[in-house]
Amino acid sequence: MLSLKDVTIAYDGRPAVRDVTLDLADGQVLALLGPSGSGKSTLLRAVAGLEPAVGTISWDGRSLAGVPTHKRGFALMFQDGQLFDHLTVAANVGYSLRLRRVGRRERAARVDELLELVGLGGYADRLPGTLSGGERQRVALARALAVDPRLLLLDEPLSALDAGLRERLAGDLRRILTEAGTTALMVTHDQEEAFAVADRLAVLHEGRVVQEGDLAQVWQHPADAWTALFLGYARVLEGAGAAAVLEAAGLPVPERPAVAVRRSALVADERGPLRGTVVSARATPDQVRLVVDVDGVGEVDAVSAAHAPGPGESVRLRVEPSRTAVPGLA
Amino acid sequence: MERRHLWLIGLAAVPVAVLAVFFVLPVTGMVRRGFVVDGSLDAGTVVRVLGRAEIHRAIWFTVWTSVVATAASVLLGLPAAYVLHRLVFPLQRVVRAALLVPFVLPTVVVGVAFRELLGEGGPLGGLGLDGTPAAILAGLVFFNVAVVIRSVGAAWEGLDARPAEAAAALGARPWTVFRTVTLPALRPSIVSAGSVVFLFCATAFGVVLTLGGLRYNSVETEIYKLTTVLLDLPGAAALSILQLLVVVALLTVAGRLRRVGDPTQRRTPARPRRPRRADLPQLTVTVVLLALVAAPIVTLLIGSLRVDGRWSLGNYRALQTPGSQDTLAVPATSALTSSLEIAVLATALSLVLGLLVAVVVTGRSRGRGERRLRAVLDGLFMLPLGVSAVTLGFGLFITLDQPPVDFRDSPWLVPVAQALVALPLVVRTLVPVLAGIDDRQRQAAASLGAGPLRTAITVDVPVVWKPLLAAAGFAFAASLGEFGATSFLYRSDHPTLPVVIYRLIGHPGAMNYGMALAGSCVLAAATALVMLLVERLRVPSLGAF
Repeated sequence: MLSLKDVTIAYDGRPAVRDVTLDLADGQVLALLGPSGSGKSTLLRAVAGLEPAVGTISWDGRSLAGVPTHKRGFALMFQDGQLFDHLTVAANVGYSLRLRRVGRRERAARVDELLELVGLGGYADRLPGTLSGGERQRVALARALAVDPRLLLLDEPLSALDAGLRERLAGDLRRILTEAGTTALMVTHDQEEAFAVADRLAVLHEGRVVQEGDLAQVWQHPADAWTALFLGYARVLEGAGAAAVLEAAGLPVPERPAVAVRRSALVADERGPLRGTVVSARATPDQVRLVVDVDGVGEVDAVSAAHAPGPGESVRLRVEPSRTAVPGLA
Repeated sequence: MERRHLWLIGLAAVPVAVLAVFFVLPVTGMVRRGFVVDGSLDAGTVVRVLGRAEIHRAIWFTVWTSVVATAASVLLGLPAAYVLHRLVFPLQRVVRAALLVPFVLPTVVVGVAFRELLGEGGPLGGLGLDGTPAAILAGLVFFNVAVVIRSVGAAWEGLDARPAEAAAALGARPWTVFRTVTLPALRPSIVSAGSVVFLFCATAFGVVLTLGGLRYNSVETEIYKLTTVLLDLPGAAALSILQLLVVVALLTVAGRLRRVGDPTQRRTPARPRRPRRADLPQLTVTVVLLALVAAPIVTLLIGSLRVDGRWSLGNYRALQTPGSQDTLAVPATSALTSSLEIAVLATALSLVLGLLVAVVVTGRSRGRGERRLRAVLDGLFMLPLGVSAVTLGFGLFITLDQPPVDFRDSPWLVPVAQALVALPLVVRTLVPVLAGIDDRQRQAAASLGAGPLRTAITVDVPVVWKPLLAAAGFAFAASLGEFGATSFLYRSDHPTLPVVIYRLIGHPGAMNYGMALAGSCVLAAATALVMLLVERLRVPSLGAF
């Protein structure tokens, strides 16, 4: 089990990570989610032993201070793979096995098994230069898994790939990590990627962990308005507007009301309790996306099935409670 | 103190100590000797010396010849850099190696070759250029054009092709693309190469000494004359300081402009292509340049093969003798043997020191202070490149003669001095290579369980071994031809070949002159052979500044 306690990391006296305390149980995948510059990669590198940190980073209760990277048993997978270009795919994947003097036959078998696992059977003799971006990342993953790492560190593992491939590989990554029972810490700025791969989520903002918990828990109760917006909620409403939306959703209205709404939280419905005027409408393959000026709330996003009202027309809206969340108050 | 700092200091300690004892100590010793008169500091001497008319003449001569020679080197070197690094054609490697040979050719040999070409009875003797500034300029360009070709060529080769393609797609004609996209991208390497060439021209010793004779003096030969002939140490010291200041300023400029491409960014350099008709002007310049470089060398070769108006190997056979009237203390062949032995030692030393320096300088820095410290170290080890070899040689001669550092009769003194002169070449070859390695490759290896040694073997060695070998050849060739510092430090029973050649041309007699020509050819052939082998390794940073 990985434990971070009051970890602070500074560059030139300026802290990039402040007082981070986190635990990661064996077999779980934790995503460190944050925008660029939030310190998430720095934190990952500190866990790998590549950055000196103040505070304690420990594994199974034993501090890792002074343990060099290559003795931590944490494999690190980079955003762009960092394959050794002069070695074949098999030699890259088998690199750590050779270091541990695993016999040739056993090594070849394990390499084949790992390449099979990442869907690259038969690629053993290729050189990294001849692979596509997605294939390179798969090789990098296989190479990291070959270490049999106590902990797998993933630094934006899918960010360098294009959208379609990213989605497919995210699913594969999730399957591979759970099948192997790997404990993993993944850094990403993409909430979709985090939700596709991780069990737990820690949101970083300006070097601090603003929220940590199970996916569902974080999703339903963002710690504050910033976190809600970062997680992909379209707007955060406060005051009277929030009260109106909560009431329409049939949810209790607290003393200081606030609500985060997804783009699809408000749905055009003739019997809906909210009334407003359409500001703009844009058709997408699935639905029509509206911006509506709702009486007593202001401009919000909404969706409509076919036959949407045009700009300037009035519309009635209902609220899907499952697509809203109540953020904490800062 | 963190462990990494101890590492840094430990690695840097050896080269810094060597530089301190064999470079800083002699140079400051030399300078001090000029300043301290009768035990008290007398800064007035500097002012007095710099006010003298002949010093003014030397400074002016140095400045204008260096400016003209630098401009000519850049103008001739740019088209050649394009032809040799952006095009492909048969024998390209040979042409590249041939144009790099002059740079490592012993300055004495260059001087002898140009006198053979331009002097009375030479093929171009009718031009009456012998002993004129034009001859010196030609010698300086001959010597330095390779620096421009190498530096700019390496930058040009690695240039991302996409901006130029984008400009062309926007409707820019080839010349406009060159002017608005390519040239600005090359500007740092041009300015950097230009400042290094200026430095070499301003501190050139052998070329000016052999071609300028007594009529023309540069700052460097003036320092030589003041120290050895007139024994005017304050004067020499004053000039040395002036030179040192200019050198530091120029090196700072060159260092600022020298950037290594970000290894984390993948660039797509253009593939070299076959020459087209539009490349004709650049090809013409390259051919002319090749002819200019070949002319003195060919004349030298022909001269060495003629005795009393007939073809003969007599001059080469005479190398086994000490010259007419025993001009030399030992036969020239044994000087060649000493030269080779010394060059081997110097190469080994400069490689070890250069590798240490390169590792320290390119290490990943945490924080601004550490980055600055590494930059200062980088600059410090460039100093031997520009500091007068005469100052260094004479400084070593006068400071290392008392305990605890009595080295004057040590067989190590010449190799150490030559190693220091070759050190910047090694460092400049290795630093771009090491800095070009994405540090995350090392981190990846470490995270897979590789220790520091294993990491180096996996990541660094495959990339570095070729440049290291090339740097070794380069250092070997450079120390084989080193003349400035060696001329002060050689032991009389173990002279090197350049020293012997200089002595032979200084003493009358047809046999002596013939021997000098033959010796120059041997030396030129040896350095050319080494450079040809080195060129086969295809190391772009070699000879680039």
